[in-house]
Amino acid sequence: MADPIIRMENIEKHFGSVIALAGVTLEVFPGECHCLLGDNGAGKSTFIKTMSGVHKPTAGTIQFEGEVMNFENPRDAIAAGIATVYQDLAMIPLMSVSRNFFMGNEPTKKIAGISFYDKDHADRVTMEEMKQMGINLRGADQAVGTLSGGERQTVAIARAVHFGAKVLILDEPTSALGVRQTANVLATVDRVRKQGIAVVFITHNVRHAMAIGDRFTVLNRGKTLGTADRGHITPEELQDLMAGGQEMAQLEGSLGGTV
Amino acid sequence: MNDTAQAPANDERVKEISSFRKALIRPELGGIIGTIAVFTVFLLVAHDSGMFNSQGVMNWSIVSAQFAVIAVGACLLMIAGEFDLSVGSMIGFASMIIAIFVVSLEWPVWLAILVTFAVCITIGAINGYVVVKTGLPSFIVTLAFLFILRGFSIYLPQAIERKTTIGGIKAFAEDDWLAPVFGGKVLKGFFQWMGDVGIIGTFQNGSRAGQPLVDGIPMLIVWAVALIIFGHVLLTKTKFGNWIFAAGGDAQAARYVGVPVNRVKVLMFMFTAFCATVFATCQVMEFGSADAGRGLLKEFEAIIAVVIGGALLTGGYGSVLGAALGALIFGVVQQGLFFAGVENSLFRVFLGVILLFAVILNTYIRRIITGER
Repeated sequence: MADPIIRMENIEKHFGSVIALAGVTLEVFPGECHCLLGDNGAGKSTFIKTMSGVHKPTAGTIQFEGEVMNFENPRDAIAAGIATVYQDLAMIPLMSVSRNFFMGNEPTKKIAGISFYDKDHADRVTMEEMKQMGINLRGADQAVGTLSGGERQTVAIARAVHFGAKVLILDEPTSALGVRQTANVLATVDRVRKQGIAVVFITHNVRHAMAIGDRFTVLNRGKTLGTADRGHITPEELQDLMAGGQEMAQLEGSLGGTV
Repeated sequence: MNDTAQAPANDERVKEISSFRKALIRPELGGIIGTIAVFTVFLLVAHDSGMFNSQGVMNWSIVSAQFAVIAVGACLLMIAGEFDLSVGSMIGFASMIIAIFVVSLEWPVWLAILVTFAVCITIGAINGYVVVKTGLPSFIVTLAFLFILRGFSIYLPQAIERKTTIGGIKAFAEDDWLAPVFGGKVLKGFFQWMGDVGIIGTFQNGSRAGQPLVDGIPMLIVWAVALIIFGHVLLTKTKFGNWIFAAGGDAQAARYVGVPVNRVKVLMFMFTAFCATVFATCQVMEFGSADAGRGLLKEFEAIIAVVIGGALLTGGYGSVLGAALGALIFGVVQQGLFFAGVENSLFRVFLGVILLFAVILNTYIRRIITGER
C-alpha cells in the first residue's frame, strides 16, 4: 500500500484533569474510507477535532503527507487539505445553496477596480456540482433549508471536494437520516473515495460502517482497540468492541440480538 | 397566467414555480405591500391636504430619510446576528460632542465632525468587541451603552456649559468646507427652475417671493439614498455581504469554513455607529444646535423599520431595500397622520398594527423561501 496521507501518532488530549484521548494512533490512506467507531464519550469527536485543527493535541504528532503539522486553527487544516463536514453545522439553512457552497471561498470579479461576488460563476458551478452528486435543484438560489438532511450532507461533501480536500472527515453524517437518505450519502462517500480522497467516517452505527468502510478503527474510553480490515471482522465483533464487550453481550441476550 | 418558467429538474417532487411567483416571493414583499397600502390610504384620505405637493413630499421624505439612515446600519447588523440598542443614545452623544468641540472648545467644524466620527466609530467597535469576546448577548451589552452614552450626553453639556442644549453652531459652520456635506442642500438650481416653470410652488410675496417653496434636497436625503445603495450592494453583491449573512445565519458553521465572523460583527457595529453619527451630524448642521435628548427611542424605530422590511430578528436573513421601505412606511405614516388631521397619539396605534401585519406576512414569506418549519 502507498504511504498514508495522514498519520496521527499517540495523540493525547487532556481537558484539565479529564483525559479525553490517551494515546490514539491512526493512519488513513488515499482512496480509502476509514471508519472510526465508538460509543458516545469514546473520544471520537475530540479525536477528529484534533485532526481538523479545532483542538491542539496535548501530546503526539500529526503527519500529513509525510510532514509533521501543527494546526493552530481549522483554517490551517483546511488550507492543508483536511476538510470536515459536521453533522449539524454543515450548512446555513437560510442561505441559498450557491451562497452556502462558496461560503468562505466566494468567487469575485472586478468591476471598475472593486471586487464583487461573482454570482453567475457561483451559481453555474453549484448547479454543475449538484448535478454530478445527483441532486436536482430548482435553482442555485434555492435555500438550503428546503433540502433534506441527506441532501445537505451531500452539498457539504461536494463543497469540501470542490475546494480541494485530500482528507474528508465526516462527523456522523448518517445518524439523523432516514434509510434512503443514508443510502444516498453512502453513495456519495463511495464516489468521493473513488476520486482518491481519503475519507474518515465517524459513526456509531455498525451497519453504516460495514456498508462503506475499507478499514475500521474502534475507540473506547480514549484508546484505540485496534484497526481491522474489511472482511476480517464481523459486525458482531465490531459491536462488541464498541460497547466494551461483556455488558453488551448480556444486554443483547435480553434483547434477542437485535441491536 | 402564462408562465414560461422551465422545469430544470426531473424530480417529481420539485414543484414547478412560475416566474411570476418567483419574482413575488422575496424578502422585501412585506415592505412593498406595506408601502403600496400606506400610499393608497393617504392618497385617498389626505390627497387635498398638501401632503403630496412639493413641501409635503419633502416633509415626509426627510422624516423617512432620517429613519432610513439608521435603519441601514441596524439592518446589516441585524443580518449579522446582533442588535445595537445604543443607536439613539449614540445620536444624542455624537450631537453633543460636536457641539462641545465647536462651541466650547472652538475647534473648526470640520475637525469637530471628523473627531466625532472617530470617537463614535471607536465606541461602536468597543460595543462589538465586548460582544464577540464575552459572548454576551448584544442586547445586554448595547443596553449598557444606551445608558452610558445618554448619561454622558446629559452630563457633559451641564458640566461644561451649565445647560442641556448647546446652540449657535450655525455661525461657526458658515464657511466650513465639511459642514455642507451634512447640512447643505443639493440641486438648488433644478428646484429654482422647477419653481420658475411652475412645476412646484413658489413664494408669492415677502422677501423670498419667486423662490421655490422647496429650494433643494437636503444632504440627509442624499446620505440616506447613498447608504441604502451602499448597504444593498455590500450585502448582495460582495464577498463580505455573504459573510454578513453567514455570520448571522450560523456563526459556528461560518467559522468552520473560515469566515472571520468576529471581524464581520465588529465591523457591523462600527457601521451602525457611523450611521448614527451621520444622522446626528446632519441634524446638528441643520438645526445649529444639539440637545441632550436627541435620538431618544431611535434604536427601536430603526429596528421596527428593519423588521417591517423583512429581516429576521435572530439574524441571517433580511434586505436593505426592505429596511428602506420600512423607513419610508414609517415616515409616510407619521407625517401622513398629521396631514390627515388625525390625533397624533394614534400614530403609535397605526405603527403597532403595521408592525404586526408586516411581521406576520414576512414570516409567511420567509417560510416559503427558506423551507423553515
